[in-house]
Amino acid sequence: MLDARGLSCPMPVVMVQKAVKSGSPDTLEVLLDAECSVENVTRYARNQGYTVTAEKDGEDTKLTLKK
Amino acid sequence: MTKKINWLVLVTGLLTGAAAILLTAFGNPANMGFCIACFLRDIAGAVKLHSAPVVQYLRPEIIGLVLGSTIMAVATGEFKARAGSSPATRFILGGFVMIGALVFLGCPLRMVIRMGGGDLNAFVGLAGFFLGILIGIFFLKRGFSLKRSYEVAKSEAAALPGIMIALLVLLIAVPSIFIFSESGPGSKHAPLLISLAAALVIGGVAQKSRMCMVGGLRDAVMFRDFNLLSGFAVLFVTVLLGNIILGKFSGFSTYLQPIAHASQLWNLLGMVLVGWGSVLLGGCPLRQLILAGEGSGDSAVTVLGMIVGAAIAHNWGTAGSAASLTDGVYSAGGVGTHGKVAVIIGFAVLLIISVINIQRSKKEVK
Repeated sequence: MLDARGLSCPMPVVMVQKAVKSGSPDTLEVLLDAECSVENVTRYARNQGYTVTAEKDGEDTKLTLKK
Repeated sequence: MTKKINWLVLVTGLLTGAAAILLTAFGNPANMGFCIACFLRDIAGAVKLHSAPVVQYLRPEIIGLVLGSTIMAVATGEFKARAGSSPATRFILGGFVMIGALVFLGCPLRMVIRMGGGDLNAFVGLAGFFLGILIGIFFLKRGFSLKRSYEVAKSEAAALPGIMIALLVLLIAVPSIFIFSESGPGSKHAPLLISLAAALVIGGVAQKSRMCMVGGLRDAVMFRDFNLLSGFAVLFVTVLLGNIILGKFSGFSTYLQPIAHASQLWNLLGMVLVGWGSVLLGGCPLRQLILAGEGSGDSAVTVLGMIVGAAIAHNWGTAGSAASLTDGVYSAGGVGTHGKVAVIIGFAVLLIISVINIQRSKKEVK
């Protein structure tokens, strides 16, 4: 799981981009704690052909990206 | 979700452009409906951190933008106390972003507003801004990060909004403690309530839409994501049309543009510094105000760094001087030796910060 909590824009998307480019995984989980990062990662992932589901856990959001 | 956010960004661009035109019509300086750098500089002057007599006014727009963001963030559950991501480094970056912006004479937001006013010098600034963003992206791709922020006490989140409320109360109750310019750009302003109301609205929508001048170009280059850039484009078109409708547009030119100079190398280099520094910070000066409003102590420190940078810019004479026409004598304005040296020092400092903060490929995997 990628832990992108506390990272400012655009680092969470950069982390996901690196993971996607380094092996195009079928499933990827990302942990985030800022709503704008959730939006940015979701938009990027959808543009890369992933479906995205979000799961709230207190202050954190876990995004699951699936091809 | 994507469509909804696009719509919000477009509306934010439209409203910000319309508010900029409105505020100028009500008295703000030409092509300066909004300018985060100029307005923070005016506030620095109003509280006597510098004593340049023409740029001192407690701009209610800054108060409104921060508090508009706070209100929206609280209302939508996004107000979070976070800090701890290299605050001293952010302070220094904020200072140099301000120094670069005051060499150019505007933040990225005013750059777009100037472009919409027909100021060709601002297009040179845009080229520099884009170049600075590319330099910043170069380091982001190599692992640059100011590291994580963490949950902190609510008082940290309340610091900058609290300062803004205090300034507003003082402005209304005892305005005589502030210095207000009697001539020059600082003397030109819309009525307090109009400035405040317009900025509250823009602060609120900018919080929700995440509008960011640097983010627009950065995301377009890095991720082929044109979401934020679309707001940038709508802002430009709105300001351009607004100026045309009000009869204030007289074509595109570099000659005698309001509060601007035609020293193109320094228009370019000033904005390289702004673009590069803003990418390292994760957002343009407007975005820093908005993030500070929603509880980021790191952005609050950045804003304080920008205020100190503005004071230094005027105390040490690094700010650009505007073109003028006095008694038929035209001066193209420009940047003095201090300003040029400050920009070059800024590049050196940004380079050091960029290199030192490259995180070696430590896996961020749990």
